[in-house]
Amino acid sequence: MTQEASENKGTIRVVQLYPRDMNIYGDWGNALVLKRRLAWHGYTPELLEYNVGDDFPDDADLIVGGGGQDSGQLVIQADLLKRGSTLQELAEDGTPMLLICGMYQLFGRFFETRKGSVIPGIGVLDVETHGTDERLIGNVKVESEEFGEILGYENHSGQTTLGPAVRALGTTAKGTGNNSSDGQEGARYKNIVASYLHGSLLPKNPAIADFLIRTAVERKYGSFTAGAPDDRFAVLAREHAGRRPR
Amino acid sequence: MFFFSVPLGKLVRRITRLRGGGSAFPGLVVEKIDPGFMARTLTTLPHGVAVVSGTNGKTTTTKMVVELLESQGLRVFTNRTGSNFTRGVAAALLGEVDRRGRLHADIAVLELDEAHAVHFVNRVPPRYSLLLNVLRDQLDRFGEIDKTAELLQHVASKTTGTVVLNREDPRVARIASALPQPGSGGPKVRYFGLDDSLLSTFPNDDDMRAGPGSPVPVVQERAHADVVLRRVGVDDADFEYDGAVVTTRMKLRGVYNIFNAAAALTLARCIAGQGSGPTDPESLLSALSNVAPAFGRGESLIVDGLPLDLVLVKNPSGFRLGLKSFPAGGYATMIAINDNYADGRDMSWLWDVEFDSLRNGGVDQLSGSRAYDMALRLQYDEVPVSEVNTDITSALAAFIRDAKGRPKRIFCTYTAMLAIRRELSKITTVEVVS
Repeated sequence: MTQEASENKGTIRVVQLYPRDMNIYGDWGNALVLKRRLAWHGYTPELLEYNVGDDFPDDADLIVGGGGQDSGQLVIQADLLKRGSTLQELAEDGTPMLLICGMYQLFGRFFETRKGSVIPGIGVLDVETHGTDERLIGNVKVESEEFGEILGYENHSGQTTLGPAVRALGTTAKGTGNNSSDGQEGARYKNIVASYLHGSLLPKNPAIADFLIRTAVERKYGSFTAGAPDDRFAVLAREHAGRRPR
Repeated sequence: MFFFSVPLGKLVRRITRLRGGGSAFPGLVVEKIDPGFMARTLTTLPHGVAVVSGTNGKTTTTKMVVELLESQGLRVFTNRTGSNFTRGVAAALLGEVDRRGRLHADIAVLELDEAHAVHFVNRVPPRYSLLLNVLRDQLDRFGEIDKTAELLQHVASKTTGTVVLNREDPRVARIASALPQPGSGGPKVRYFGLDDSLLSTFPNDDDMRAGPGSPVPVVQERAHADVVLRRVGVDDADFEYDGAVVTTRMKLRGVYNIFNAAAALTLARCIAGQGSGPTDPESLLSALSNVAPAFGRGESLIVDGLPLDLVLVKNPSGFRLGLKSFPAGGYATMIAINDNYADGRDMSWLWDVEFDSLRNGGVDQLSGSRAYDMALRLQYDEVPVSEVNTDITSALAAFIRDAKGRPKRIFCTYTAMLAIRRELSKITTVEVVS
């Protein structure tokens, strides 16, 4: 069913940002998909965790960060601001990153709560988020030129608007996405993919997983040769998920 | 209106049942025409109302509390239809009251989900509440688990007598610190707990995030618990009850059910201790050993002369505990995942469960509207899958046919379980829950 390549084409170091405090909604699924698919493509995955107070790992090839509850976001906020310049450098340098939900918001310029207090983000992404009373919940289908149809599930009350320095990940064909007015979902900047979508995102969207992997490998080893992951279940899971109601 | 509401509600209930309709509709009718019906009826009970809430284990725990209290000679009203919301309680009441609206019971023990518990306690402040756990479940309905914890906090704050808390769940245990002291109007607080050796079996929500091999939770200074689960055996368990360790046989299976037995014992001990006679631990424990599983909660049926276990899985912690409590060895395994509203629409939760324990034996059959999400999940844990079929009826038939001669186990979400029970009732004896 799945195939471990016997050759080792190199090691890719995947850093999970704050898995202890930012982990709601199956974010482990994204890390697991990267780990397995790296192996299926013939590379050796090395998964590292970065939590509040840790030394930041050297030589991160790929970074994943997930959603959190409000309480989790409070716990990591000061630490994240301290790491802002490191993460900014990595992003500008082209390190591939996947940022979901809460981490997407915190990589933006700021989050303004419903009551008007402003939580600063690290400003890697030119986006801003405003808290609302409305919770956007349900299945989402996004059309993306780069990745084709993206399927996932959203559950957020912050609404995000993109600035001119980033582009949207795609436009929503079902569901809401970034905010309830402009029909856009997620953000793309350099090799960062940011999105509100859980599901988890990567299992049913292997095109995004393989983009992150290919980019990480090309940056480190110059070129990427793909393996042959068996995506039959992913294709069928996408078909069935796409037919489910909002 | 007052005089007509009960007979009218009863009539609606009879008609709805004749038509095979939903169990809560008559409750809706009586709530509309007589909004005070429920509170008026319940507040007359000599021992008041006990509310059981939390993410996992409400149904089984409520069943245990009821049977424990009945063993002490109390007459107990409960919402055993599983309509665990206010309207369902009103509907269940209609079935039990006499034509003059009187309920012949000493106490009501009610299972309520977290959001409905809040509505309920605003109308009927309970004398007792038992708060089991807060785990990620149905986030699409409640938003965040910290919000869910706030709902339980509200239930505790409306409780007039005693609040029973899970000492081992930090979100539940910390509810105590936000309550007023009993001296200044707050309820009394009692705890149930776990032996240190069992703590790692019950990861709380903060411990269960990472992948395999998450660390054993740090044991901190903990409050005294009236009942502590010390050991779980194959068909027995040790509880520390008021300081003495007692061993009792258990019909219930699954460590999580048995931990909930500690919860039920703690509450029953409080309630029975309020009566005239002293609490009798021996009769409570003997009643506990006779409690059978609630439907779909580790229930074992017989198909082709061999057991077929139904294990309800609704959220990551429940699925993890289900896999741990019911080892795969020797069993044929089916998993049925639906994504209807009652199941939760978001499939993210499947990624918070690890399925390594199924790798050796593989999974014989996957079904449900999200069978392929489950197949994909298992692929990433390198668990072999024999068949995937989204149609539950034909998948179940194929599972029973192909796994002939082996004991079987089906892990299923709520609406998948209802469909499976319906099919199974055609070929074996399945308890009908009205």
